[in-house]
Amino acid sequence: MRKILSLALGLAAGAALAGAGALPASAAEKLKAAWVYIGPVGDFGWSYQHDQGRKAVEAAFGDKVETSYVESVPEGPDAERVIEQLARAGNKIIFTTSFGYMEPTLKVAKRHPKVFFEHATGYKRDKNMATYNAKFHEGRYILGQIAAKMSKTGTIGYIASFPIPEVISGINAMMLGAQSVNPDMKVKIVWVNSWFDPAKEADAAKALIDQGVDIIAQHTDSPAAMQVAEARGVKAFGQSSDMIKFGPNAQLTSIVDNWAPYYVERVKEAMDGSWKSTDTWAGLKEGEVHMADYTNMPDDVKKLAQETEAKIKSGALNPFQGPVVKQDGTVVAKAGEAVADKDILSMNWYVKGIDDKVPGQ
Amino acid sequence: MLDTVMIGAVLASVVAAATTLLIASLGELVAERAGTLNLGVEGMMIIGAAVGYATAYSSGSLLLGTLAAVLAGMALSLVFATLTIWLAANQVASGLATTILGLGLAGLIGASFVGTRLDAAPALDIPGLSDLPILGKVAFGQDAFVYASVALLALVTWGLARTRIGLILRAVGESHAAAHALGHPVRKIRTLAVMFGGACAGLAGAHLSLAYTPFWASDMTAGRGWIALALVVFSAWKPLWLLAGAYLFGAVSILQLHVQGFGLGIPSQLLSSLPYLATVAALVLISAMKRGQGAPASLGVPFVPDR
Amino acid sequence: MPLKLERQENVPLAGLIAAPFVALAVTLVVGAVMFLAMGQDPVEAFRIYFIDPLGDAYTLQELVVKACPLLLIGVGLAFCYRANRWNIGAEGQYVVGAVFGSWLALATHGTEAGPWVLPAMLVLGALGGAAYGLIPAFLRVRFGASEILTSLMLVYVAQLGLDYLVRGPWRDPAGFNFPQSVTFDAVATVPLLFEEGRMHAGIVIALVVVVAATFVLGRTLVGFSIELGGSAPRAAAFAGFDERRVTYGVFAVSGALAGLAGIIEVAGPIGNLQPSISPGYGFTAIIAAMLGRLHPVGILVSSFILALTYIGGEAAQISLRMPFDVTRVFQGTLLIAILAADVLVRYRIRRVEGVRHA
Repeated sequence: MRKILSLALGLAAGAALAGAGALPASAAEKLKAAWVYIGPVGDFGWSYQHDQGRKAVEAAFGDKVETSYVESVPEGPDAERVIEQLARAGNKIIFTTSFGYMEPTLKVAKRHPKVFFEHATGYKRDKNMATYNAKFHEGRYILGQIAAKMSKTGTIGYIASFPIPEVISGINAMMLGAQSVNPDMKVKIVWVNSWFDPAKEADAAKALIDQGVDIIAQHTDSPAAMQVAEARGVKAFGQSSDMIKFGPNAQLTSIVDNWAPYYVERVKEAMDGSWKSTDTWAGLKEGEVHMADYTNMPDDVKKLAQETEAKIKSGALNPFQGPVVKQDGTVVAKAGEAVADKDILSMNWYVKGIDDKVPGQ
Repeated sequence: MLDTVMIGAVLASVVAAATTLLIASLGELVAERAGTLNLGVEGMMIIGAAVGYATAYSSGSLLLGTLAAVLAGMALSLVFATLTIWLAANQVASGLATTILGLGLAGLIGASFVGTRLDAAPALDIPGLSDLPILGKVAFGQDAFVYASVALLALVTWGLARTRIGLILRAVGESHAAAHALGHPVRKIRTLAVMFGGACAGLAGAHLSLAYTPFWASDMTAGRGWIALALVVFSAWKPLWLLAGAYLFGAVSILQLHVQGFGLGIPSQLLSSLPYLATVAALVLISAMKRGQGAPASLGVPFVPDR
Repeated sequence: MPLKLERQENVPLAGLIAAPFVALAVTLVVGAVMFLAMGQDPVEAFRIYFIDPLGDAYTLQELVVKACPLLLIGVGLAFCYRANRWNIGAEGQYVVGAVFGSWLALATHGTEAGPWVLPAMLVLGALGGAAYGLIPAFLRVRFGASEILTSLMLVYVAQLGLDYLVRGPWRDPAGFNFPQSVTFDAVATVPLLFEEGRMHAGIVIALVVVVAATFVLGRTLVGFSIELGGSAPRAAAFAGFDERRVTYGVFAVSGALAGLAGIIEVAGPIGNLQPSISPGYGFTAIIAAMLGRLHPVGILVSSFILALTYIGGEAAQISLRMPFDVTRVFQGTLLIAILAADVLVRYRIRRVEGVRHA
């Protein structure tokens, strides 16, 4: 990873020079920016939040930008064509917002050296292709602490989508947070093998509640689980969007994806010619990960959550601060150390205290 | 862990999961018994979900929403019926085209309702009975859609087997030429059967967007229309077997989630594929016991009266 | 299975030629009304949908890329549907074909393996698809289980199996544990036909398949036995054709072509194995097969029409900033118009007769 990072930095420096040579002509020209979404903008989850970011760009720059998007683009053979067409349509900066767009974005970026490409959640970069991601695990650590304080049964239910590092690190961060309050906290994990299937997410929530969990966390996109929690009288954490409307008595907080600051910044850079290929991994501090209001909890729990949030923002607390121990007892980070970024980004193991196996391992 | 409360709760989830499938597949069964294969179920279901939600949200009435969903499913089925019955277009292609149209229309209708919510259709507890152990909540603590699905099942079973209209409908599905010769209006009957199917698909969509997960999101049916279609084949076109199929599929879908919750480390992909494998296995078993396939003889064949 | 396919006997040539124009006219009228209702300029919309993709070398190539799997799968389905065997599971056979072929690409990755790799992958892909297609055939022949249900259910199983492989054993070790395999070596990649663009050798294979299928279905005893088995099973039995062999045969062909499409797509435009390798090709190909009236040349035409509606839809989203749902509504309307126009042309003469009898 470090090698890649330094390589990226080197390439970025080169791109900066190249970019300086090819400064856009007049400021009056409209800058065209485009987004590619994996789901419909109506999913009220991942794609919806990215589109909120796009709208923020429109709001920030008014008639100086022209934005467009293509939604529900399947990962696979179609993605490359859509990205290529967007580049050909004169877009100056193109955001591709799903991991599976990595290879197609890279291929198109090579063919269009003057267009800036931004790929979310991947790891391959080029001189005109940057990557960005969010430290969702920072928020999940706070969820863990709240859950440990609030749970009476001592067991959290976790509705997971697919076993990719982002989801695994989220589960681990939540458990580390929970263990910091109550070392005996347990978690039950259910994989629904889908990012978006409301009825199945609801079924998973019901199953978990029936098995005795009284806090539901989710890493899927719909508010279905929140509604089930509300109906069954247990607490839950929202995902992607603030889901308080769906669980006025159930939602403790929500991890909100807030891409607006990043999108506004990058479009601005594309406008003034200062855009560089970078690898951005922002979190609570930068506002890219945002915690919805802490609700439905006693004041002391709320205070703890706010303090933890402040500590993470200031850098005083790292969710993956050692000691971090794998299930089999292997020490990943000793006390005083933290798990390296590359290990978080490629995480495929559970921390000690989780009685389950990572699927496929 | 496996106490009576939990068993009751699990069974209640199974009933809820099976209900969507049962409602949609009952309608499709009637359409197919009259001889029309409607592959547009997914489209009619999603448009029911969208229109039902939009109406219920705007009017504040779940009943109005449900009615609107039924009408919307019916309206889209009329497009399909016009194509396949009155123009004798290919049923398979027409059904798939109708699904694409329905998904698009539903997305447009629902767009302005993304991020809003409704209060779910309430569980209609029957005092006394719903407090019975295990079966109390399962049988007497469900929402109106569940009871509707049972009523629908009774209606379709009885209607097909015991009424004159059911007899004519089956005759049309078995041999439209003979039915025509006897003076039955083949195309009208098929149109009505397809519209009944559309209405049921719309109702199943409303079950999703008004009761199961009471909000609107694009593509929220997530392929359940296809499962409903497969279940009609599973049932060998007999309503009671449809009940068995829908509950088998629903039960395995729910149970695999419970197995995951126990953390046994079985690959989740294997568990997720169990409902499909179980349905295949059950069909093979039933078929091996030489139960007749029972497909209507004229299923899928367009009827052109002057032929 | 008593599901019957619609046959068109003695369709007059004039009608066949007129059908697309009638469809076009219907679509133009319906589409114009729709675009006007949505506040779009219909002329502009039509230009972007249908004219622009045909006027540029890049999009023309993309049209071929998109049509290629539909064509391969659609021709295979024609074998099944002509024999009245309802294979709805081409999507699953496509996935299994991709998995079988990819196995070799991954096994030889980084070795000095020669140019035999790609042909062997294609063969494996076809075998994999055929094997998966034979499961519903076997269940039907042996137990009488309906292939509609079994083939459809096996789609989901195949997708979950692929998901397991790319997230587990076949994951790229250098890929930060993300779910995708290594990128295939050059010898395991379908070659491009031109330096610019993505048109690949797969289309050559598909065209060969069209010619071969036209011959087999139209001019051979095998084709006749499929046809007869589909339309008149009893007569076929009297003629000595074995129904079971026909069932196995058509499912094997159909599965093989779907599997071939899968491995070509993975070794071609995609370049590695990942959880999502098909935007529903196996289902869209059903429409292609039906629109093409189960004739390989007809399916060639319908595959390109379908590809055009997808690419035009993407172009409309990009240029006119139309939501995806508007393009879906238009695609649905267009298909319905084509189906209606097709029928109007085909049944015109019969309806005149009907009036006379009445």
